[in-house]
Amino acid sequence: MKWLSQNWPMVIDLTLDHLWMTVQITVLTVLFAVPLARLSMTNRWLRAVAVVFTNSLYAVPSLALFMMVPVLVGVPLRSTTNVVIVLTLYGVAVIWRSTLDAFDTLPPRILDASDAMGVTRWRRFWSVELPLASPVLVSALRVVLASTISLITVGAVIGVPSLGLLFTDGFQRGITAEVITGIVVVVALGWLLDRLVAVAGAAAMPWRATTPRRSRRLARRVQAQSLRGTDGSAA
Amino acid sequence: MITFENVNKTYPNGTTAALDVSFTVPAGSTVALLGPSGAGKTTLLRMVNRLVDPDSGRITVGDRDISQINPVTLRRSIGYVLQEGGLLPHKRVLDNVALVARLNGASKADARERAQRMLTLVGLDAELGSRFPHQLSGGQQQRVGVARALVGEADVMLMDEPFGAVDPMIRRELQAQTRRLQSELGKTVLLVTHDVDEAFSLADQIVVLRTGGSVAQYATPEELLTNPADDFVADLLGLSDGARDLHVVDRGGRALVTDGSGRFIGRVRA
Ligand SMILES: Nc1ncnc2c1ncn2[C@@H]1O[C@H](COP(=O)(O)OP(=O)(O)O)[C@@H](O)[C@H]1O
Ligand SMILES: [Mg+2]
Repeated sequence: MKWLSQNWPMVIDLTLDHLWMTVQITVLTVLFAVPLARLSMTNRWLRAVAVVFTNSLYAVPSLALFMMVPVLVGVPLRSTTNVVIVLTLYGVAVIWRSTLDAFDTLPPRILDASDAMGVTRWRRFWSVELPLASPVLVSALRVVLASTISLITVGAVIGVPSLGLLFTDGFQRGITAEVITGIVVVVALGWLLDRLVAVAGAAAMPWRATTPRRSRRLARRVQAQSLRGTDGSAA
Repeated sequence: MITFENVNKTYPNGTTAALDVSFTVPAGSTVALLGPSGAGKTTLLRMVNRLVDPDSGRITVGDRDISQINPVTLRRSIGYVLQEGGLLPHKRVLDNVALVARLNGASKADARERAQRMLTLVGLDAELGSRFPHQLSGGQQQRVGVARALVGEADVMLMDEPFGAVDPMIRRELQAQTRRLQSELGKTVLLVTHDVDEAFSLADQIVVLRTGGSVAQYATPEELLTNPADDFVADLLGLSDGARDLHVVDRGGRALVTDGSGRFIGRVRA
């Protein structure tokens, strides 16, 4: 506690760094993964890439990617950009695949009805396909958030400031209070953002509050599957 | 008016769904496409709003060759009712109906008001408008589907087995309502069904299709009963095995009517 009372401004700074990276990664992930998922619905080549990409990426340890991306892309090793790029790749791997599954399993009769009414392609995507895929998207997003928040801490090993710094610094200098603070804040941040996304998702999907048991089960299954992928190999 | 002139369609997998099909749906009348499952009824229906394009032949709606009309524009000018309503599950009932009015250029307020009127017209409580489709019974969803097809004020309506998924009692009720609406609104309707009773109950004329997509007979119900073109038509209508025969029997001076299986179904009015 003494440590915390002397170092809380640093903890707040690191929390903000951590949060800012999380936001960037999440937004970029969605911006890349959702269009990719929609395009790979009809593009056979992209679909094949999706499968290879999502299957192989989580086999590469994040630390190795933190080393490789600077070499390949030319960004400094010790930069938030490096961390953001690497973790966006992981995020895209989860959301691309699960959102593609969601698009693939949209009820054909609903899409057909939309076409028959004279809904344009563009409008159909925004007002039919995306809303109907969003339960799965939100589930996958929660998985990505949880994995992102913990993987950002690994960036501390290469010297990118985040709450992970409390782990590396605490271990090196043997300050238990610092390590515990790090754990508590990371968990709290993860919990808070998860709740935020869950509540916002529920508010945006009032139609799901009442029943469709089948689609809820599907969303839960996607979440379970992507979780298994994450635990298996990353970090 | 809708016309089919020598229309052919073979799907890429080799299935022929329309073989030299020609018939006319006169303005303000109802024509049913009747035939066994897989005969090509849905294919013909979907050609009218260009969800399917024919390989050859010509289709006109209101004297215009539809191959010259942009599909989206064409679809907005045609009402479409499909099985189980085909409602958007994430939109409230009222918004489902209003959407079609919106697509046709109505303002948000105007669209909602028209949607509300259509729901009333098909016999639904105003209160149901704020529900989601899955909170409605099958019959109610089907009524919403009809309201949605009517709200665009299209002259032409397409119906694909509209009442196939609801139980027989509700089906008869919906058929009665469709007849009533039809006599009030005078739409040009093309209807798909594999149910002979439904075709007889709703259609002015019936196109009987055989497997392989060819027209076996195009006639009024009356002509079909008096002069079925061949064994296929007679079998399909239930004329060969007596299933559609009615018999008059005398019971204590009253003339009663029995159906093909001998059940009493009514009496003869003297
Ligand atoms: N998109 C399609 N691709 C290939 N075959 C199809 C397609 N749609 C329908 N068919 C086939 O064409 C035939 C007619 O189908 P359809 O028009 O749906 O018949 P119906 O409505 O009379 O049951 C069937 O054999 C069906 O399997
Ligand atoms: Mg059909």
